[in-house]
Amino acid sequence: MLRWLFYTLLVRPLTWIVLGLNVRHRERLPTGGPVILVANHNSHLDTMVLISLFPLRLLPRLRPVAAADYFLSNRLMAWFSLSIIGIIPVVRGGGAADPLQGASEALGRGDIVILFPEGSRGEPELLTEFKKGLWHLAKRHPLVPILPVFLHGLGKALPRGEALLVPFFCDVFVGTAMPWNEDREAFMADLREGMAALAAEGQLAPWD
Amino acid sequence: MSWSGLPEPLRYAILGVGSILVAASALVALLTALKPAKDFSELKLRVRTWWIMSAVFLGALAFNRIGMLCFFAFLSFLALKEFLSMIPTRRADRRVLFWAYLAIPVQYLWIGMDWYGMFLVFIPVYMFLFLAMRTVLIQETDGFLKAVGTLHWGLMVSVYALSHGAWLALLKPTHGVHGGGLGLLLMLVILTQFNDVSQYAWGRLFGRTPALPKVSPKKTMEGLLGGVATTITLAVLLAPRFTLLSWSESLMAGLIIGFGGFIGDVVISAVKRDLHLKDSGQLLPGHGGILDRVDSLFFTTPLFFHFVKYLDRY
Repeated sequence: MLRWLFYTLLVRPLTWIVLGLNVRHRERLPTGGPVILVANHNSHLDTMVLISLFPLRLLPRLRPVAAADYFLSNRLMAWFSLSIIGIIPVVRGGGAADPLQGASEALGRGDIVILFPEGSRGEPELLTEFKKGLWHLAKRHPLVPILPVFLHGLGKALPRGEALLVPFFCDVFVGTAMPWNEDREAFMADLREGMAALAAEGQLAPWD
Repeated sequence: MSWSGLPEPLRYAILGVGSILVAASALVALLTALKPAKDFSELKLRVRTWWIMSAVFLGALAFNRIGMLCFFAFLSFLALKEFLSMIPTRRADRRVLFWAYLAIPVQYLWIGMDWYGMFLVFIPVYMFLFLAMRTVLIQETDGFLKAVGTLHWGLMVSVYALSHGAWLALLKPTHGVHGGGLGLLLMLVILTQFNDVSQYAWGRLFGRTPALPKVSPKKTMEGLLGGVATTITLAVLLAPRFTLLSWSESLMAGLIIGFGGFIGDVVISAVKRDLHLKDSGQLLPGHGGILDRVDSLFFTTPLFFHFVKYLDRY
């Protein structure tokens, strides 16, 4: 209930009015799960924007994967991350028995799992190397479609290390679902190319 | 709020704009039925967006003075956001841009407070100086001039120019005319938008001579002159009834709106061409962005406003 209120009263006005989204190929968004939604990561707003793309009735199905060391760092943060944002925590850097267990179970339930394969937000508006966790997750669910989404402008609005939000129209480019490929290198290369192709669709204002 | 409680110019505007839209929708439906092979989806989308824009604008005016000010402030916000999203900006200037956004509520506050002098100088003088100061504090000199220049240009277009529309609506007539300044604002906005459409229509029907081929290849002299003549005619028919302008002043107002609208349109076209963009945004389906729609208003609003002030009847 609190999660519903948070996304309805706070997140939607923020993403649609304060920011404003130009969504291209909206028709490619899935109407249900299971789906692995893959996006580039530049800002805390990325998750908010991706969730705002879907109708509210799908809210219980939308689960962003997020780093446990950051989002569960204290009790208040952990409560907010788990109950309000609704993250699936993942333990980074090995050590845990099965870091992908939560995400895998969610896919088994038919959820839309949101994953940022860059791992962290990095330098604003720059794409960093994708991590391999996605491939391992997809391997367990080879039939689940993987949908790449390219986001632009959110790193300008709220980059890492900044608390002040500056409004910008943001671009969302929805790609076409790609299948899992057992050749890991080929799979990662496909994903990189897919993202680059989406980024090339837009006329993006320089920011440096 | 009742129908008869609405100011007279607004009642006529709702009826007039409403009938034009009904006619436009009927025309689109007729065209679709007559030529099923042709694709009219773009036109359909355009008309539908006209319906929504008209309803929001006239609805905001029907509400009250605060509703009208909020509408203009929000319009300025959308226009500035669109401008700042499409131009190249510097990473270092994030906080400067935030200050530029803050100018919006402050500018409309002066209007609400009825502080005319401050309304006139706040953006061209104080924000102009303040933003240069705030930018220099960042000590990033690469691209400094471009950054301060483009930011202030955007503020002038999207906030300063448009805010004249709000003040126009609040002008008080020196002697009785129903609706006061509201008639001026409605006349300005309706004539400016009508001018756009009629320049387009004249251009499509009789256009031969390109007006500014390098900026906007589709704009023709025939379209411009035909549109201006139509706008003047409409101004002379409407203005003496809904405003304190005499018929010769209305003719002048039509001339200002006709030519001003054209210049505003091609100026924004030149900006988009410079940035290699087709539309300024995607907020208004079938039209493009907010700036694509208010491009002519950004010239006609301050020009018409100061023309009216010069006549000294409000």
